Amino acid sequence: MADRAEQQITLPAKPPFWNDPKTRAIAFQVIALVLTVGFGLYIFDNTQTNLRRLGIASGFDFLGSPSGFDIIQTLIPYSASSSYGQVFWVALLNTLLVALLGVILATLLGFVIGVARLSKNWLIAKLALLYIEIFRNIPLLLQIFFWYFAVLRAMPAPRQSLSLGDAIFLNIRGLYLPAPEFKTGFGWVLAALAVALGLIFAIARWARRRQMATGQPFPMLATALALLLGLPLLAFVLAGAPLHWQLPELRGFNFQGGWVVIPEMASLLLALTVYTAAFIAEIVRAGIQAVSHGQTEASFSLGLNTGLTLRLIILPQALRVIIPPLTNQYLNLTKNSSLAAAIGYPDLVATFAGTTLNQTGQAIECIAITMAVYLSISLLISLLMNIYNRRMALVER
Amino acid sequence: MSATHVPHPDLPPPSSTIGALGWLRRNLFSSPLNVALTVLAVYLLAISLPPMLRWALFDATWSGDSREACTANSGACWIFIKVHFGQFMYGFYPEAQRWRVDAVVLLLIIGAAPLFISSVSNPLKVRLGLGLLLLYPLLAFMLLHGGLFGLTPVDTRQWGGLLLTLVIAGVGMTAALPLGVLLALGRRSKMPAIQTLCVTFIEFWRGVPLITVLFMSSVMLPLFLPTGMNFDKLLRALIGVTLFQAAYMAEVVRGGLQAIPKGQVEAAAALGLGYWKTMALIVLPQALKLVIPGIVNTFIALFKDTSLVLIIGLFDLMNIVHSATTNPAWLGFSTEGYVFAAAVYWLFCFSMSHYSQSLEKRLHTGHKR
Amino acid sequence: MNRRNTLAFSLTATLLLAAGTAQAGNTLNAVKERGYVKCGVSDGLPGFSYADAKGNYSGIDADVCRAIAAAVFGDATKLKFTPLTAKERLTALQSGEIDVLSRNTTWTSSRDSAQGLNFTGVTYYDGQGFLVNKKLGVKGAKELDGATVCVQAGTTTELNLSDYFRANKMKFTPISYDKSDESAKSLEAGRCDVLTSDQSQLYAQRIKLAKPDDYVVLPEVISKEPLGPVVRHGDDEWFDIVRWTLFAMVNAEEMGITSKNVDEMKKSTNPDIKRMLGVEGDKGKDFGLANDWMAVVIKQVGNYGEVFERTVGKGSDLKIARGQNALWTQGGLQYAPPVR
Repeated sequence: MADRAEQQITLPAKPPFWNDPKTRAIAFQVIALVLTVGFGLYIFDNTQTNLRRLGIASGFDFLGSPSGFDIIQTLIPYSASSSYGQVFWVALLNTLLVALLGVILATLLGFVIGVARLSKNWLIAKLALLYIEIFRNIPLLLQIFFWYFAVLRAMPAPRQSLSLGDAIFLNIRGLYLPAPEFKTGFGWVLAALAVALGLIFAIARWARRRQMATGQPFPMLATALALLLGLPLLAFVLAGAPLHWQLPELRGFNFQGGWVVIPEMASLLLALTVYTAAFIAEIVRAGIQAVSHGQTEASFSLGLNTGLTLRLIILPQALRVIIPPLTNQYLNLTKNSSLAAAIGYPDLVATFAGTTLNQTGQAIECIAITMAVYLSISLLISLLMNIYNRRMALVER
Repeated sequence: MSATHVPHPDLPPPSSTIGALGWLRRNLFSSPLNVALTVLAVYLLAISLPPMLRWALFDATWSGDSREACTANSGACWIFIKVHFGQFMYGFYPEAQRWRVDAVVLLLIIGAAPLFISSVSNPLKVRLGLGLLLLYPLLAFMLLHGGLFGLTPVDTRQWGGLLLTLVIAGVGMTAALPLGVLLALGRRSKMPAIQTLCVTFIEFWRGVPLITVLFMSSVMLPLFLPTGMNFDKLLRALIGVTLFQAAYMAEVVRGGLQAIPKGQVEAAAALGLGYWKTMALIVLPQALKLVIPGIVNTFIALFKDTSLVLIIGLFDLMNIVHSATTNPAWLGFSTEGYVFAAAVYWLFCFSMSHYSQSLEKRLHTGHKR
Repeated sequence: MNRRNTLAFSLTATLLLAAGTAQAGNTLNAVKERGYVKCGVSDGLPGFSYADAKGNYSGIDADVCRAIAAAVFGDATKLKFTPLTAKERLTALQSGEIDVLSRNTTWTSSRDSAQGLNFTGVTYYDGQGFLVNKKLGVKGAKELDGATVCVQAGTTTELNLSDYFRANKMKFTPISYDKSDESAKSLEAGRCDVLTSDQSQLYAQRIKLAKPDDYVVLPEVISKEPLGPVVRHGDDEWFDIVRWTLFAMVNAEEMGITSKNVDEMKKSTNPDIKRMLGVEGDKGKDFGLANDWMAVVIKQVGNYGEVFERTVGKGSDLKIARGQNALWTQGGLQYAPPVR
């Protein structure tokens, strides 16, 4: 110890430049950059050489040429004579569709299970726990296979379909639903809906201002519901019911007409929902538990009832904890939807990075586009998340 | 005369608040809503549980060795699993050499067991742990792959089943954690170039789906390399899985690093510790302890993600079960196969999460609420 | 990143560079150096390439791989099979993941040009057909309007299917799976009415079903599907070896040389046979291989006819007749240029 003290008294010599943290930092960064750039160039050069040597076509011209194959589910007009570019959009929309539905369903189920997990009812709490422990510990791919190959394969053949009032049919080919056909005059219903939304917005503002000024509450929820349902319904009746339901019917091999939810999508959606909901439930539980019980007690002592306490006190605080991991789950769900390829759902990976890649042989372009799409979705959500976090961050005094 | 106050003996609590009845009242029938929920739950259990149990246990076929033995019973045909069990565990690993796989697993159990016994001293545990981390993989590889000491070489293509799943998961875990820590430190670094590189790396891997990564590494990689150069397919899948999970690990570790007060670093600097010593001795031990649940969750995710190698044609547990269900001699037993695979995966993941919870409790040396 | 990281990084980069310069060369040298042929095959198609429970491959495509290994090393076992899905196969070949693809792949113009591949010959002349359940009562493909069709993703079959239905103004619902097993499973479960593929594959798939007799292959053949081994552009030496391995097998059948009599045939006085078996001249050496490599191929793997009958023909479960795949001398299409 004494040596140490003496050393500190004598002025240390200026360290040699290679021991100077600043020089070192610069050196490291330069080395790292040079290596990264070099590695990138090396890969690029190899790829170029290989492509030239093998005579493989490159570039994005193939996006304009006709694809020549059909796709089972297309949300936009598509046929075998459409271009590969169109295939991309069809595939992307299929991915987004299943991701969006998955996010909505998983959130609903996840919140229910998460709240059930905290239920005072022992049986309900244990069942929720069982659900969570089972489904989050089994690989998603296995769950997809299970739903697709074990459960949905047990559905009856088209001729023995399970039916509900001759309008909804369920068989091994999918779930057939009546499709709405809009006649002229349906525009009025949409207009009424727009008016209702505008009114609700205006009334809500007025009600809030009045409550702030006088403390008088206004039954906003009931009013909003009444407007939202009532006005379009009124318009619908007045316009002479301009809506027709096209029922699916059995013709030839399959049901024709109506909307169909194909089993590939159903099992993918089921698996994604059930799997992600288990994670969301845990996030919701943690979020609610993060709000200290004192908050509830304080709220009760102020005279707020359970509903108001939940809505005004608990949820806003819990959401601050819940939302960041929740977005991560949404992101995971979107990426996980790429497992569609395993069961033949025509998503981006299956149809674009799979079939298109194979028909054109342009692996690098197809994979690059696919990765870029997922990356953009991910970065976009991260960006929104950061904005949200900044807005919600606790302003500490 | 002095009156002594003799307290009245305590009355027993009302019978409705104690014992089984009290428990029921408190936990199942405390309010009308709860009564309704309980009734609903019991009803759902009553209609779903008996058929499931009948299928899986009572009406199932357990003995026999052919498909025909199953036709008598309406329940599950567990013979399907029995017949394929060796395949599910070892894949195409030659039967005569399977003792090597058993030896590898046994070695791991013997080597790792002392780590879980609390009476073993800590320095010994550290030494043992390091040995396991550094020596064991080499030993295991030599045993599994063979080619040395007169062991018949077994190509990685022949590895399969649970063995392959465990190899991928094991290598992935041991490699993803250190890589993740380095990436997290890089992301928190003050050097802009390093930071940018790490952020780009992490965001890239977190943004793309694993199956595109695996596809790229399994069939496209040679396009990016000089002519003729190539690696083992399994190795490439391993690298893909590791890099992918390392990015997630980095984010978990970063969470821990951010939670360590700046004072800790400043105190370490005041003591004259350099960057690496500060990180290794002061910051990381605290940060990693904070994020144990996150780390284990990443491990579990990795374990589950190993199933995706099915898509690139490696015969892990998932793929081998899946392909057994398409075996013409054994068609129609998908459910049994999937239930078995699910049970295996579940067992591993559940034990991991359970262990992490106990570890978390044990390491929780700070203030308890 | 930090010091240790950068160090590891530079090490890896140097290693990569070193390995790269060491290995740049042609396929034959690379294969010889490596000690085995990397052959891409199907992920499970009885008769063509099918792995049993122990991982041993059998089938006509697998035997072509064996023949190539026999040609290069004089040992038909010096190869490794890489099972590939239809979606992976071409990319795997392009990238160099495999040396040769022998996986019921159709010879088309775009694969021969823009995709950077070269077809070396035809192992099996095929055509696309339909497999349906007898219960449907369908007699011909023209009755399939509105049907749901299972097809393998990323194949020429998928394109022909669309063309055929469009040309006949019929509607259909396609379901494309990555693996043929999944298509078969789907047909069996009733998810689709029809399974479409090359006819040979339909027969192969049919024997994988639980009740093969319930299914029937429709008479229509809607396309030409010449299936053969494929190599990469730009390596003529390797291309020649693969192409002539196949020709040697066809020629051997024509000359009556079989795996059993090949040693006796060496004593033959026929100059054609002598040349081919490497007894006379040095035609074999022109390929950069042993002079008697064709004899080795035939001894270890067999001539084309033997392989055909063993894998897909009479000696197999598929029982496919020779048909178009008979020799040209017997009314078929199998024809090989002379060894001279």
